[in-house]
Amino acid sequence: MRRYILQRLWQGLILLVLVTTIVFFLGRLTGNPADMMLPEDATAEDREDLIQKLGLDGPLSEQFFLFIGRAVQGDLGDSIRYRQPAVDTFFSRLPNTLLMVPGAMLLAIVMAIPLGVLSALYRGSLVDRVSGAIAVLGIATPNFWLGILLIFVFSVKLGWLPSARMGGVAHYVLPTITLGTFLVAGFMRLIRSSMLEILDSEFVKLARIKGLSEATVVWKHCLRNALIPVLTLWGVFMGGLVTGAIVTETVFAWPGIGRLTYEAVIFRDYPLLEAVIIMDAVLILFINLVVDILYAYVDPRIRLAD
Amino acid sequence: MRNMPWTSLGIIAAMLFMAVFAPVLTDHSPIDQSLAKKLLPPVWEEGGSTKYLLGTDIFGRDVLTRLFYGARVSMIVTAMALLVGGGVGLLLGIVSGYVGGRVDTLLMRLVDAALAFPTILFALLLAVTMGQGLRTIVIAISLLLWARFARVVRGEVLAVKQRDFIALARVHGCSPARIMMVHVLPNVLNTFMVLLTLHVGVVIVAEASLSFLGAGVPPPTPSWGLMVAEGRGKISSAWWLSIIPGIAITLVVLAFNLFGDWLRDRLDPKLRQL
Amino acid sequence: MNGDLVLDVRDLHTHFFLRRGVVKAVDGVSFSLRRGEVLGLVGESGCGKSVTALSLLRLLPKPAARTVKGEIVLDGEDILPKSDREMRQIRGRKIAMILQDPQTSLNPVFTVGDQIREALAKYFQGPPGSIMARAIDVLRRVKVAAPEQRIHQYPHQMSGGMKQRVVGAIAISCEPQVMIADEPTTSLDVTIQLQYLRLLKELQEATDMALLFITHDFGVVAKMCDRVAVMYAGRIVESGTVRQVFDKPAHPYTQALIASVPRMKAQVGRLHTIEGQPPEFSNLPPGCRFAPRCALADERCHATYPAQFTVGEGHTADCWRLEETA
Repeated sequence: MRRYILQRLWQGLILLVLVTTIVFFLGRLTGNPADMMLPEDATAEDREDLIQKLGLDGPLSEQFFLFIGRAVQGDLGDSIRYRQPAVDTFFSRLPNTLLMVPGAMLLAIVMAIPLGVLSALYRGSLVDRVSGAIAVLGIATPNFWLGILLIFVFSVKLGWLPSARMGGVAHYVLPTITLGTFLVAGFMRLIRSSMLEILDSEFVKLARIKGLSEATVVWKHCLRNALIPVLTLWGVFMGGLVTGAIVTETVFAWPGIGRLTYEAVIFRDYPLLEAVIIMDAVLILFINLVVDILYAYVDPRIRLAD
Repeated sequence: MRNMPWTSLGIIAAMLFMAVFAPVLTDHSPIDQSLAKKLLPPVWEEGGSTKYLLGTDIFGRDVLTRLFYGARVSMIVTAMALLVGGGVGLLLGIVSGYVGGRVDTLLMRLVDAALAFPTILFALLLAVTMGQGLRTIVIAISLLLWARFARVVRGEVLAVKQRDFIALARVHGCSPARIMMVHVLPNVLNTFMVLLTLHVGVVIVAEASLSFLGAGVPPPTPSWGLMVAEGRGKISSAWWLSIIPGIAITLVVLAFNLFGDWLRDRLDPKLRQL
Repeated sequence: MNGDLVLDVRDLHTHFFLRRGVVKAVDGVSFSLRRGEVLGLVGESGCGKSVTALSLLRLLPKPAARTVKGEIVLDGEDILPKSDREMRQIRGRKIAMILQDPQTSLNPVFTVGDQIREALAKYFQGPPGSIMARAIDVLRRVKVAAPEQRIHQYPHQMSGGMKQRVVGAIAISCEPQVMIADEPTTSLDVTIQLQYLRLLKELQEATDMALLFITHDFGVVAKMCDRVAVMYAGRIVESGTVRQVFDKPAHPYTQALIASVPRMKAQVGRLHTIEGQPPEFSNLPPGCRFAPRCALADERCHATYPAQFTVGEGHTADCWRLEETA
């Protein structure tokens, strides 16, 4: 297991370096970021000033090493809008996101497991078809629109739930549902298909031969095996989760790092955007590592190797 | 002909029709403003008018017209992104699969990395540095697609590589480039087609999401995602501005997804893993 | 050998209800098992042997398959009309089974010990350590070395042969009266097959279990079984003691099968095979099902299914050729 974890860690670090490099070059090769940030009436002098201030003068390779050097020390530049180190801004908003996202994931898991398992057990039945329809719809509906639709129905028309910002428990409901929906759809399909495969296995037949109750066979023997692909395919969900978080936080004006990303885009706060992307990569690396450890723990074939 | 997904095809056809024939279907302009006529509700609500069937937005532009032209934008962006992203993925997949060895390992590592990271972030970065526009968004979405295409195509190529006619081509002295273009490529086209249809939905949502976030198609060009964003502030008084374009997006993506699934089941069921 | 009747299967019919029609996988099969006896059920792949086994356990894939007729009398009771719940009390306790492929029979995420104890816990209560002790003991009985260590291992840490022993351990753990072994050695290395068969025979003799041994290999039958029933296309075509069937095979199919087993010492020119293929289950001939491949078949064979003829004491076969001599 240790070798497996180390390998994943190594891969994650390479990814981080890759992302940082791409972010650096993408920004500077496609145009001078300074131009994006200057007001309309800026003079050539102002431009030179800004370029110097941002460290955008000098050969690219020199800039790169400066950049890396500072990055390793935790300095990813200052946000133009907030006038503070971008990293600080990131960490000040991070807790808000961490409050909402796990809720969405929990919702997704709680809904997807029973639905996925039941769909597989009663293949072709009403449960299966309804779940299938929910899954298909969940994937087709754009996240941002779902949020707005929910606001319209539950906030505007029915007045039951608040529509924006953080606050009491009621404020968590709609964002969690919005973000959770697409996760539910994805998880459910995955669980269903892996359950279907497992239900056909020989060890399931043997479990029944042993005289175990159907409930034990399904929930103890099958489910544990069925959840393994969810962990291995986690990376796929991760990408969607980040996108979903950005969009959901924007729709609900939730002051987390998703919204921060949006603000960085809208206000053309280039250093902040750069920093957010790199910090996101770090966060993703961390979460992936946790998932990998979880996976290694759950599957004894990995846990006991090496 | 029995089990064709008629409803899905119908919706797709309708969208294409709207996109192509937009100027004919409506004589309103999608971008001209007319502040006198702003925020009119759809025809079935009080205050609506038959001249503006689905109402108007804050600049007095007819929603239905913008819906038509938005279809056009979606189609163009989708076609170009699929061409570029899919094309690059196809090429890289073929090279990686056929040539193998270090090239393959390196490319697949890159693909793994690309798939592991939410490319929307790069798309946003591009929008900020390159400015909004068709070029930016096509490149941005292509970044999203190429890795998926490359991986699947490579898998197919590995299988095709084993077939005898490839060995024969080599015996005849064909160059690798020629083998790849003439022999391998046609045999993976089936898979490629299915991949294209399966990803239309993804691209449409990606474009809409980017436009919603202000990183896609720039105003005043109508894009369904942009329309949803613009209507957001007025959700309590003018619900039709955000809700209607969203319905359009959902329906079209649903149609393409279902059609794509059907096509995949017919042409290449082993892709079911996707 | 002449123990009490433990299992009596009478006129069993199991059908598969598929979109293309009804497949009569088991079409009127009868046999019986006594305590302490080993019955071999022999036939080509697809003749219905495994479906028979699953029918006995009432574990057919629903809703596609169903036992439509017959009686399965286990320990004096007909178990066909029993509910699922009642069957669960019987499975593992009165009747157990060993499956063919040890690689897939065990759940990869649980230890071997967990899986054995799960079977035991159903039927045995006792102080906390006792189940574990029983499990270790059962592993010992199937000749697994160092059972105290092995019991904490996962399936992937064991060889195929050892896994199959674990499967055997699970099967005997609750001391069943009837054990079904469905091609237990087919997936094992040739070098281990004999070992495993010996183990099985030992276990069977020690516990006086009735063993239904399903196989396509006549050679194994000779080693393991007391009696044998030959199955073809859903029906039993010959049945008798191993001695009887080997020395005087009455049915042409049996004769052909026995002739196909190459003898070690004899000069073999070409390996003997049986011409043709077994019939499609959806397209069964009205008469004897082996007739299309039989050298001795005549018009009546093709038209009417043969009656059962007694060839010796307890030795029967279904073949028109026997009418003259029986």
